Amino acid sequence: MSTSNETAIAPVETTEERMLRLITGGWIFFLLIALVAIFLILRPAQFGSAYNVQQLAINAAILLVLATGQTYVIITSGIDLSVGSVLVFASVVSAKIMLLLSGVDGTTYGTTAAGWDIIAIGIAAALVSGAAWGALNGFLIAVTRIQPLIVTLGTMGMALGGAQILSGGVDVRAMPELLVTQVGSGRLLGIPMLVILAAITVVIAGIVLHLTRFGLHVFAVGSNAEASRRSGIPTTARLIQVYAISGFMAGIAAVMANARFSTTTINGHAMDNLATISAVVLGGTSLFGGAGTVFGTVVGVFIPIILLNGFVILGIPPFWQTVAMGAVLILAVWIDQLKRRLRKRG
Amino acid sequence: MSQPLLEAAGIRRTFGHVQALKGADFKVYPGEIVALIGDNGAGKSTLVKILSGADRPDGGSLKVEGEEMRFSSPLDAQMHGIATVYQDLALAPDLSPAENLFLGREIIRPGALGRLGFLDRKAMQAQAVQQFAKLGMQLKSQRVAIASLSGGQRQSVAIARAAMWARKLVILDEPTAALGVVQTQRVLDLCKRVRDAGTSVVLISHNMPQVLEVADRVQVLRLGQTVADLQAGQSSVDDLVRAMTSGQAKETSP
Repeated sequence: MSTSNETAIAPVETTEERMLRLITGGWIFFLLIALVAIFLILRPAQFGSAYNVQQLAINAAILLVLATGQTYVIITSGIDLSVGSVLVFASVVSAKIMLLLSGVDGTTYGTTAAGWDIIAIGIAAALVSGAAWGALNGFLIAVTRIQPLIVTLGTMGMALGGAQILSGGVDVRAMPELLVTQVGSGRLLGIPMLVILAAITVVIAGIVLHLTRFGLHVFAVGSNAEASRRSGIPTTARLIQVYAISGFMAGIAAVMANARFSTTTINGHAMDNLATISAVVLGGTSLFGGAGTVFGTVVGVFIPIILLNGFVILGIPPFWQTVAMGAVLILAVWIDQLKRRLRKRG
Repeated sequence: MSQPLLEAAGIRRTFGHVQALKGADFKVYPGEIVALIGDNGAGKSTLVKILSGADRPDGGSLKVEGEEMRFSSPLDAQMHGIATVYQDLALAPDLSPAENLFLGREIIRPGALGRLGFLDRKAMQAQAVQQFAKLGMQLKSQRVAIASLSGGQRQSVAIARAAMWARKLVILDEPTAALGVVQTQRVLDLCKRVRDAGTSVVLISHNMPQVLEVADRVQVLRLGQTVADLQAGQSSVDDLVRAMTSGQAKETSP
C-alpha cells in the first residue's frame, strides 16, 4: 500500500467497480429501454402508435405525481402509506366544495356548469387539504418520533374514513364540465393536459430536489438525521415540509383524477401507496434513505405501465404483469443492498 | 506565556450522586495540540461535553480568549470557534465529501436563483478542494459518497470540516480508536497540519505513545480532577500512567 495515497479522498475506481456501478445504477433505465424495444419490435404498429403512447402517458400521469412526492419521503428514509387515501380525501373535499358552490343538488350525476372561479377554489381545496394531511404526517413523525410506517398507516385510515364520512360513502359524481373537458380530456398542442400537468410537477420537483439547498437537506436528513441536526439543519421543519409536499402532490393528483374520471374514485386508490413505493424503489431510491432521483422514479413508474400495456397487446394474460412486477421489485431492492455492501467495502 | 485560547477552571458537574467532575482545570493555548487523557470514568467525556457546549457545568468558569463564556449548544460553541468531532463523526454517508464539508452551511448562488435556494455546487467544490489541499489530503473525485471511503479518510473529512468552521479550536474525541496503524498515522499528521494552519487541537486518547508523539502538552484527569499538566517532550509513558493511576506526576512548569 502506498502511503502517499492513503489520505486520497476517493480510491481510484477499477474497471470492474465501474462496471458494477453502471449496472447497479442504470440497469432499471436499460430495462425500460429494453422493454420498449422488445414491444416495438414485436408489435410496432400497435405499441408505437400515437394513440397508444398517449394512453401510456395518461395512465402514468397521476401515479407520476404521487410517486414524486413519495420519492422525497423515501429519501428521508421514511415512507408514506397515506398517499392514496389523501388523494381520495382531497378529491372528495374538492368535488363537494365545487358542487356546493355551483348550487346544485348533491346527487347530481354528470357535469355542472361551474366556471373557472369555482374550479380554482376546488383546486385550492384539494391542494390545501392534501398538504394538511401531509403536514400532520410530518408533524407526528418529526415531533412524536412515531415510525413513519405507523403514522401514515394511521392517517391512511383516517383520510379514507374522513372522505367516506364527508361523502356518505358514495362517490361525488358531478364535476364542472370545464374541468373535465379542459383538463381531464383537454389538450395543449396535441399533448394531453394531464400529461403536461404531470410533467411540469415532476420537473419542478426534480429541480428542487437536486439543485436547491432544500433538496440537499432532504438527502442529508435521510442519510444521517442526527448529523444533520448537529450541523444546524432544521430537521424537524424539513421532515414536516417533506411530508407536506407528499400530501400536496396527492392534492394535485386528486384534481387530475377528478378531471380525468369526472367523478371521485373513493375505492380506486387502495393500492396507490404500494404502486408508488415500488416505483420509487425500482427507480433506485434507497429505502434506507439518503439516495435517490426523481428521474429514477419516472422510469420506475413507467415500467409496470409499459409491461402491462405490452402484455395486453401481445395477448399475454395481464395477470402476468403483477407477477413480473413483484419479481422486478425484489430484484431492485436486492441490487440496492448489493450496492451498499459494495460501497461499505471501501 | 500568551493568553489561553480556552481556559476552564474549577469545573464541577454532578449527575445525581455521582460527581463526574470536581473542580477540573483545562487550558489550551493558541497553536498547540493538547492531549486530554485519563482512565475510564475520570471525567474526560463530561469535560469534553462541557467544552463543546453539549453539556453545562454546575460550577466553575469557562473563558474563551479571556472572556467568560456559557455555551448554550454545540452550535453556539461553533459560533465561538470551537468544534468537536465525536467518534460517530456526524457525517452523512450518502453525500459527497464537499457536501459533508458544507452540511448546514451550503453556499447559495448569487442573485435571483440564490433567493430561490439554488446551490452553488461549483463554489462548494472549489472551497472543499482548497480545504483538503491545505490539510494535505488528496482529492481524486468528489462525487463519491462518504460511505465508500476508508475509516481514516472519513475521519479526515470530519476533522477537515471541523477545522474549516472552527477557526480557533478543534476537539477530537478518540479519533484513532477504530483505525489501523497507517491510517492512525495519517490522522495524527492531519492533527499537526491543523495546528500548523493556526487552529489548536484537543486530542482525547487512550494511546500513550501516540499522545506523546503528537501532542505539545498533556493534561491528565483523575477522578474528576486535573492532576497533571505535562510537557509532552519531557515526559514518558510511565509519567503519564503514574499520573493517571495515582494522581502523582513529576511536575513540569508549563
